Amino acid sequence: MSQLGRRKFLLYSSTGVLASLLLKGCADAGGGDTAANTEAATTETAAADGIKVGILHSLSGTMAISETTVVDAEMMAIDEINAAGGLLGKQIIPIQEDGASDWSTFAEKAAKLIDQDKVVTVFGCWTSASRKAVLPVFESKNHMLWYPVQYEGQECSKNVFYTGAAPNQQIEPAVDWLLENKGKEFFLVGSDYVFPRTANTVIKEQLAANGGTVVGEDYLPLGDTEVTSIITKIRVALPDGGVIFNSLNGDTNVAFFKQMQGAGLSPEQYPVMSVSVAEEEVKQIGPEYLQGHYAAWNYFQTVESPQNDKFVTAFKSKYGEDRVTNDPMEAAYIMVYLWKQAVEQAGTTDLEPVRAAAVGQKFAAPEGQVTMQPNHHISKTVRIGEVREDGLFDIVWSTEGPLEPVPWNQYVKETKGFACDWTDPNKGGKYKAA
Amino acid sequence: MNNETGIAIKKKQQRNKLIETGTIIALVIIFAVILPAVIPAFRLRLIGRFLSLAIVALGIDLIWGYTGLLSLGHGIFFALGGYALAMHLNLQLPEGQLPEFFTLYGVEELPWVWQPFYSFPLTILALIIIPGIVAGLIGYLVFRNRIKGVYFSILTQAALLVFFNFFNGQQEIINGTNGLKTDTERIFGVLVSSPGVQRAFYIVTVISLILIYLLCRWLTSGRFGRLLKAIRDDETRVRFSGYDPTGYKVLVFAISGAIAGIAGALYTVQTGIITPSIMQVAFSIEMVIWVAVGGRGTLIGAIIGTMLVRLAQTFLSESFPEIWLFFQGALFLIVVTVLPDGIVGWWTSYGWHKSRSLLGLQPKLATYPSLVEDPELQQERETIAKK
Amino acid sequence: MSTLIEGLFNGISIGSVLLIAALGLAIVFGLMGVINLAHGELMMLGAYATFVVQNVFKPLGEPWFSFYIIAAIPVAFIVSAIFGLILERGAIRFLYGRPLETLLATWGVSLILQQFVRSVNWLLIICLGIFCLLFFGGMQLLKSRADWESMRTKIVSLLLPLAAGVAIAFYFLLSQNSALTNAWFSARNVDVTAPAWLRGGVEVLGFQMPYARLFIIALTILCLMGVYWFLQRSAWGLRIRSVTQNRTMSSCLGIPTAKVDALTFALGSGLAGIAGCAVSLLGSVGPNTGQNYIIDTFMVVVVGGVGNLLGAVIAALGIGILNYLIGSGTLALFLTTISAPQSMIDFFLFFATSSMAKVMVFALIIIFLQIKPAGLFPQKGRTAEL
Repeated sequence: MSQLGRRKFLLYSSTGVLASLLLKGCADAGGGDTAANTEAATTETAAADGIKVGILHSLSGTMAISETTVVDAEMMAIDEINAAGGLLGKQIIPIQEDGASDWSTFAEKAAKLIDQDKVVTVFGCWTSASRKAVLPVFESKNHMLWYPVQYEGQECSKNVFYTGAAPNQQIEPAVDWLLENKGKEFFLVGSDYVFPRTANTVIKEQLAANGGTVVGEDYLPLGDTEVTSIITKIRVALPDGGVIFNSLNGDTNVAFFKQMQGAGLSPEQYPVMSVSVAEEEVKQIGPEYLQGHYAAWNYFQTVESPQNDKFVTAFKSKYGEDRVTNDPMEAAYIMVYLWKQAVEQAGTTDLEPVRAAAVGQKFAAPEGQVTMQPNHHISKTVRIGEVREDGLFDIVWSTEGPLEPVPWNQYVKETKGFACDWTDPNKGGKYKAA
Repeated sequence: MNNETGIAIKKKQQRNKLIETGTIIALVIIFAVILPAVIPAFRLRLIGRFLSLAIVALGIDLIWGYTGLLSLGHGIFFALGGYALAMHLNLQLPEGQLPEFFTLYGVEELPWVWQPFYSFPLTILALIIIPGIVAGLIGYLVFRNRIKGVYFSILTQAALLVFFNFFNGQQEIINGTNGLKTDTERIFGVLVSSPGVQRAFYIVTVISLILIYLLCRWLTSGRFGRLLKAIRDDETRVRFSGYDPTGYKVLVFAISGAIAGIAGALYTVQTGIITPSIMQVAFSIEMVIWVAVGGRGTLIGAIIGTMLVRLAQTFLSESFPEIWLFFQGALFLIVVTVLPDGIVGWWTSYGWHKSRSLLGLQPKLATYPSLVEDPELQQERETIAKK
Repeated sequence: MSTLIEGLFNGISIGSVLLIAALGLAIVFGLMGVINLAHGELMMLGAYATFVVQNVFKPLGEPWFSFYIIAAIPVAFIVSAIFGLILERGAIRFLYGRPLETLLATWGVSLILQQFVRSVNWLLIICLGIFCLLFFGGMQLLKSRADWESMRTKIVSLLLPLAAGVAIAFYFLLSQNSALTNAWFSARNVDVTAPAWLRGGVEVLGFQMPYARLFIIALTILCLMGVYWFLQRSAWGLRIRSVTQNRTMSSCLGIPTAKVDALTFALGSGLAGIAGCAVSLLGSVGPNTGQNYIIDTFMVVVVGGVGNLLGAVIAALGIGILNYLIGSGTLALFLTTISAPQSMIDFFLFFATSSMAKVMVFALIIIFLQIKPAGLFPQKGRTAEL
């Protein structure tokens, strides 16, 4: 009997291993158009002298939906740079790690990239929670992270370069625009985590200062799809229509817009301004449900500029005609180039010279000219788009030129009057300006 | 049983005890002395985290392997312990100052739940007691009604979800999704992420693991342990024999929760952050699979299982992120269908003898080897013995 | 009046989603005692099947496209039922009588299914096909040998690496072909757009009832009636019920219990597929879709009591209505109008967010189980258990 048991064990365990190998092989192929291909490339060129950079995003778990698109953009930028002769005469070798949508895994992998792989910089993170989780790692090792997503502000680290929008480059102009064009009564909807909650705190202060009112707010757990009670609350609070400011994230957006339409809340009466819905999300929700609603970003695929044409064409030819580009992807693309320029100016990949050289770098990005500011954020153009039938955005409003980033919020009492300047050793991350 | 066999059994027990103490001492030397010297600091931190997870696995083994209660909600107790210690660390500030995140939400006064965590001894007490009490309470409410089996599992899972939602939603009290970070905080005036402190935490983890191992050992060996097993095997019969299983189940569940609390605290300081995501459903189920892989009902199996699975996860997800879920899923299936007793169970029932014979150490033979080893004759002997 | 009707309707519509999702689970758990944590993933498969059907109908144009959802329901049922059948035959049947192990095994299956929809592509399907063909085909061929039983393990341990090896070799041969390696769905969510006649809603007493919700309520009622008819009026239903009541005796009387098990499980899985089709009208379709429902549906089954459809119905509606009343603040509002004590209003206002409503409902479930530990309609029996 025991004889059989062992055989069975060996048999099944070998089945398991083989099946995993089999699936792995095919899984690689599945992700082949995105990231996994680099695995092979990495090992091949590892022998040659190259510059190692870390790419730290969730390739699995809830956030994989969004983060894999950013990885695509980063890989495209790196491939372009490598194809154009590399950096300082060397090839850039991207090393990917999977944060698995788990914040402590992010911290673990960040430490691994820095300590074991000795990367010269890391591009990564999406959620604020993951950034906050890796922040202590980068600060304690005095290393460098490039972060591509719009976020809630109230942070300014020496070790991070933020290429997404600060609140004053996305949320605040959107609120001003709504006040001017759509109405004074706001209902705030958000996912239950830090970005929506902080964003809404800021919005409330801003509305109070500018004559608007918040008639209600509610938060849904991430991933929740039952939004009936929120819709009731909206209808009770805004019986005759009003503005809905939406900072829901991910899956919940789909349920929200589908059920809004079902409940008869039309975009004419209840225009929704979203700050986490970009082209990629519109595609997943279905443009039928979103047509006529608004989103605020720095970049839309429909921006008209030669740089954007090039970016969109390159992206589609690399990843497929049906793919779309969006704001975080563009920010991710920019940050690789900004880092490259900083390294070229510094003439080395050493951290301190690169950090110093990064400030002041200009880049003709798809969204327009961007400049890295002394507070480690970049100046960006702000745009508001309306969803049209094909799922892309009509740009209905945009700022004249790039807007300076303000990481410490000027509407919130605790941080009012504070600023950040890393070029001046006396000022640092949070100082009282004027 | 005649006298001679009695002595033989005693001797065997003594020998086993010696072997066990020897193994423990050897493992301590390897983990506490040799490993820190040879492997890089961040890998050591990783092993420290695995060891703290092994502690929670011991707790789960205690209730699942020995008492037959499958908890899918141990993330709660784990997180409670972690939060307790993290709160203490976040309060190591100059007088009158609040942890930084409070300013984001306009909180100006320290919430009352934070007050006790100024004191270090109280914190240590809290990170054991609070998870213990919460576990005891949940256990009492559930076991009191003789709810058991899968119902219990589902209810613990739902409780986990509730705690997750609660921690996630309460930004003003405990910083919501962002959680509390510990790396940039100070303990006894030293930065938590400094190598010295981390090494100290590592050593503390190894020591706690051994102490908790011994505790579980002690709990499961005596009368109490036999009762736990009896509850696992036939609770109704235990009830009919005049015991009230409820009290014992609540007690053992509370102990298990407290163990998870300790593990959570140690895990947190070696990770650098604690967030509500530690209370995700998947993580708590994963804890169970560590025990299942190692072998439930064997304490050492819980530890081995945790180490193996976590190492495999680190290795696999580093090289092939996509494959990990496939592998993990397959692991669940294989362990449950083919290896119900886990690695240790398989080893004690079969592997040990096989490797002995592979090494050329034949089992002790009485007569002609061919006669002893002939399966047909063996079967005959067994049938005769039965008669 | 209008508030009352609206509250009731919204509560019922939340409850009906819960119910249709829990129906399959109630059958599998109630009749077979199997905890299927992969139930959510079977729903997800149903939702993906809906997506595929939608894309097949798209080129046909109107008026065909409008009715894709009608075609999607049976397709979703069949796809999920087939996966369920494979699951039952491949794993669960070895684990009957060991509910905790089943729970873990089905969790493993759910992980595999999630990753499967993320990475599935033609190559993966071809590889799996080749593997199955070689392995199971070889087994079938060799089964006719007389000494099959004694050779079994040897053959298996020989065939397995062989088949896997060939499959992997094929993978490497074909991996350059990008048409084959493009993921079908990828890790991103896919969009299921309800046909035009299911968008919008009908105006009743000053508030709008969404068509999609009405459709789901109707679908739920249909499924309920179908299940009731199948269990109470059909020959196989009779067999299923008899096996539930006394497995050994049924077996003695010549009922093929293994077949009954497989059928029950496939039925439950198929219902999950229909549920997936229904929720795709409301929410997102992605690899994580199923995870959002699993705990809520289990709560329905636990509250309803094992093996009783009526219990599940009442539990689902009850949980749905409570969730809505607390989460939307209607209860707090109502208390204000009848000028209840302020402390009570504050209490309910604290729970009047979607996340906190869940906390409250769970607390209520625990309290409920203190009174009725075995659910609304406990199984009657004479054992000392429960």
